Amino acid sequence: MSLELIVVLLIAPLVGFLINGLFGKWLKGNEKLSGWIGSVAVLISLICSIIAFASLQGGGTPFDETLYEWITGESFAFNIGFRVDALTTVMLLVITGVGFLIHVYSIGYMHGDAGYTRYFAYLNLFVFAMLILVLGNNYLMMFVGWEGVGLCSYLLIGFWYDKKSATDAGKKAFIVNRIGDFGFLLGMFTLFAAFGTLDFVAIFDAAEADNFQKVFGTSTLVIATLLLFVGAIGKSAQIPLYVWLPDAMEGPTPVSALIHAATMVTAGVYMIARSAVLYNIAHTGEVVAWIGVLTAFFAATIALAQNDIKRILAYSTVSQLGYMFLGVGVGAYASGVFHLVTHAFFKGLMFLTAGSVMHAMANELDMRKMGGLKAKMPITHWTFLVGALAIAGFPFLSGFWSKDEILHSAWGSSPLIYIIGLITAFLTAFYMFRLIFVTFYGESRVEPDVASHLHESPPVMWVPLAILAIPSALIGLLLGWGGHDSWFHHFTKSVFPEAHHEASGNVVLFMVISSIVGLAGIAFAWMRYSKRVPSTEPTNALYKLIANKYYIDEIYNALIVQPIKNGSHYLLWRIVDNGVIDGIVNGVASVIQIIGGTLRRLQTGIVQAYIVSMVLGIVLFLAYYLFFG
Amino acid sequence: MLLSTVIFLPLLGVIAIALLRGLGASAIKSIALAIGVLTFVISLGLYTGFDATTGTFQNVTQQAWIPGLGISYHIGIDGISLWLVLLTTFLTPICILAAWNSVEKGLSGFMMSLLALETGMLGVFCALDLFLFFVFWESMLIPMYFLIGIWGGERRIYATVKFVLYTMAGSALMLVGILALYFQNNNSFDLTTLSGPFSHSDLLFLGFFIAFAIKVPLFPFHTWLPDAHVEAPTVGSVILAGVLLKMGTYGIIRFCLPLFPEAAAQFTPLIVTLAVIGIIYGALVAMVQPDLKKLVAYSSVSHLGFVVLGLFSRNPAGIQGSVLQMINHGLSTGALFLLVGMIYERRHSRMIVDFGGLSKRMPIFAVIFMIVTLSSIGLPGLNGFVGEYMILLGSFVEGAFSKIHVIFATVGVILAAVYMLWMFQRVMFGTLDKTNAELPDLNAREIVVMLPILLFIVWIGVYPKPFLSKMEKSVEIVVTQVKTQSAIGHLEKRVPPNTQFALHGKQHEQHEKIEKEAETSK
Repeated sequence: MSLELIVVLLIAPLVGFLINGLFGKWLKGNEKLSGWIGSVAVLISLICSIIAFASLQGGGTPFDETLYEWITGESFAFNIGFRVDALTTVMLLVITGVGFLIHVYSIGYMHGDAGYTRYFAYLNLFVFAMLILVLGNNYLMMFVGWEGVGLCSYLLIGFWYDKKSATDAGKKAFIVNRIGDFGFLLGMFTLFAAFGTLDFVAIFDAAEADNFQKVFGTSTLVIATLLLFVGAIGKSAQIPLYVWLPDAMEGPTPVSALIHAATMVTAGVYMIARSAVLYNIAHTGEVVAWIGVLTAFFAATIALAQNDIKRILAYSTVSQLGYMFLGVGVGAYASGVFHLVTHAFFKGLMFLTAGSVMHAMANELDMRKMGGLKAKMPITHWTFLVGALAIAGFPFLSGFWSKDEILHSAWGSSPLIYIIGLITAFLTAFYMFRLIFVTFYGESRVEPDVASHLHESPPVMWVPLAILAIPSALIGLLLGWGGHDSWFHHFTKSVFPEAHHEASGNVVLFMVISSIVGLAGIAFAWMRYSKRVPSTEPTNALYKLIANKYYIDEIYNALIVQPIKNGSHYLLWRIVDNGVIDGIVNGVASVIQIIGGTLRRLQTGIVQAYIVSMVLGIVLFLAYYLFFG
Repeated sequence: MLLSTVIFLPLLGVIAIALLRGLGASAIKSIALAIGVLTFVISLGLYTGFDATTGTFQNVTQQAWIPGLGISYHIGIDGISLWLVLLTTFLTPICILAAWNSVEKGLSGFMMSLLALETGMLGVFCALDLFLFFVFWESMLIPMYFLIGIWGGERRIYATVKFVLYTMAGSALMLVGILALYFQNNNSFDLTTLSGPFSHSDLLFLGFFIAFAIKVPLFPFHTWLPDAHVEAPTVGSVILAGVLLKMGTYGIIRFCLPLFPEAAAQFTPLIVTLAVIGIIYGALVAMVQPDLKKLVAYSSVSHLGFVVLGLFSRNPAGIQGSVLQMINHGLSTGALFLLVGMIYERRHSRMIVDFGGLSKRMPIFAVIFMIVTLSSIGLPGLNGFVGEYMILLGSFVEGAFSKIHVIFATVGVILAAVYMLWMFQRVMFGTLDKTNAELPDLNAREIVVMLPILLFIVWIGVYPKPFLSKMEKSVEIVVTQVKTQSAIGHLEKRVPPNTQFALHGKQHEQHEKIEKEAETSK
């Protein structure tokens, strides 16, 4: 591995961005070219990633080098530097691999859109920022990428900018993410105050050294890791900051697949896995695990009662991210990251298939208006089914392995977490197959004019689907066979510290339990939805509460957004600024004016009056000196 | 000599325009632009000639002026004023070009005011004699008074009077301070020979500080700013936000901190509290403004709050961040005012509700506006981030004031995104109104106006080293001055234990040395 390789890997999408961004005007007539420029840029990165990955095989040493000094001075040095180890290469392959397929898919999906070149420019910029995020060898670089992907997410969610709901969603995503970044920033400051650097290796080494813990105790690390986790909560859409992700579905569907399922939203998980050493010392993983499992459960319940297929997938993503946090939280870092990988494939796949459905259905998202699509869209159906089976934990498909590892590790940490996780697994299987049955099976409820156009997507779209379906099905088996002794665990062993809780109990037993729960969810969905249309859903209060997402958005709006808006307008601007402060300023001015106006009257121009006052003054002075002097 | 040329070349331009104004509008504009560009080019020599290995004053000229009163023409620049000089010479020709077609009456007067203003501002940043400083400080009010009062909007008279009186009130206090220093300094106004401790230093500090705080403007002295901005012509706003406000923060770093470190330390809690209030308050009030210019004006209150926070951090990273942020704010807020001016020229409205969906009609404008907005929000990779990050980091690490301040200041980072993105959404996104359907995109001249600013926005964001390295030593001198003396005065305020580990190496040694010296002097 060389610095040149990493630079090429990183720069290729940036070049793609610049070409499409600067010369988009001239590429407009030839949108295919523009799409392929974007795709090839990512392909170059993919090839470089594979080379980097290969050079780590067989005990290759991690790469860690500085490109240039960024913000430096006597007492601080923040550099643009890269670290490529096992964890990085895993992320690189996911980003560029899934990213490349989604770029290719987009060529077909975005066909005919007025903002075609702009789309590919943004998408390339996103890949660039995401690569910075995972390639950086220090927290500040991670933050740079972190904010960069946030920007691209903002731009792509609001891609169709004449739609207010889209730009609202983009803005919401950026701002909620900023709330998380607030924690990330303060976390970095805390780390820098303690270690005098933000370089991963330097911090981890110093934290592990005995004298550090003697000097500081662990309280600094507790604070730092929790603050960093606030950042992760924002970026990876966990409670209480998950609200932006469902809205993010306003963006083009391939964007949802790439950014809001496979890559960006997993950045928080990556961050905690990267900081594993610190979380282990600080013992703050428990907080992470609890937030994770509660989010997993909470989001899964919301998904039960949604009818918009992309929203179901969005809540599902929130829920699955919760699993990942559960994994890294209980110290099963490799398992958490493994779930990140499998999820990237099967969720990316499902979003793309959802896009394929939308493509055929004239952008319809409400599955109550679908049904029986299996006949018209066989490839879409089968590939979606593979993804759904994978996420449901169907035996031997990818999600089965990664989710099982996490649940198994959770048991060693806390049986309660395990049980909530298991219930969530049941819910996951249920809502996913509710989606399948309602959308692809049963009688068609498609509007007649839409039905006449119903068709399978073109090859440029279904080929990526088919390719993604393969790892969605098999990658668990290939990389995860053997659970904690699997290839994946061995490959990433050098990056992660030993877990606190050894996973205990019979591995096979856990697998069997997980499988039964997953199959039960599928069966239950089949019983309920294979025939019935969801418009006949129950109307009780609990269902209404869930269908309305627990009214969380409304609560945030009433408790936070509106008070800030109105308080700023009426109290701060109108009363404090215009009333009080300017009132005083203008008050002083008018007082002076009044005094001046009054004194002016003394200037009468009558000489006699001046003389009289002069004489009076002299008399007074003399009197003063005579009696008091 | 080089420095004097830079300072007075624009004044020469004023004379030239006065003599040649019969030649017509385009000649006047060309002369003004040529002088502006020439001044900038010559000022680049200051950068290349600047020796960054020492932070002392360079390009120094000292000539007796009124020797009987101890007044001399004494100028020079260090790594801090260098940047403000360059910022001024950079923005002025941009302003001249931006005003190319927007001045309808009194063009020659407009250009003369602008150039005279440049000389005044440059003088403020270069003066090393307190009297000279005061002369420049006051003289720059006059052209600004004209710019707003003649070429301004409807309520321009109210705004100018408010602006001038507000500033004068502060100047009066500063003048008292300057005279007090004069008598304590063997009847000399020379800044470089001044050395404390001075008697009544806390009062002197306040005298200077209030003058500068009004200029910054620090909450609650800020209400002149929105009025002045709204009424000023576009380039007036650009100069006002870009350079004039920096005279306040520059004054703090040049006078308040090094001359009265003890008083500075004493007032730090109060000042940084006001700064943090300004950060949040400015952002919240900016958020609800219906007028684009007012929004940007209030955002300045917020941004300058960061600068003041960093200045009082007593930390090299914090203060360097502040100096850098002065440049950054000059660039990005200057650019924002230019952009607002460009749509104002097209639509004759600055009200956000009058716009929407402009992206569709003005794609080039949209891209530039987006980049500048992101710069203002402090997105990494663009200039704003580097400054803000260094300020917050330095403030947090040093512990010159409580971390609560830093935490609240960091909230400002969130709010910046709220008000800027919301504004951007309402102006640029959504459906295009019929009345705006014919607005033309930027023309070549307007693009030329914006490109240099964009260049620096990206440059400072990606590779700030050329900027930071030149100012590093000068900032260190200020930090040492502040620390040495305030450490003697406030021995009980030791460096908190957890920063010692962080600052091992040079800084830590420095702390120990300061403490040791302090003990022996006791």
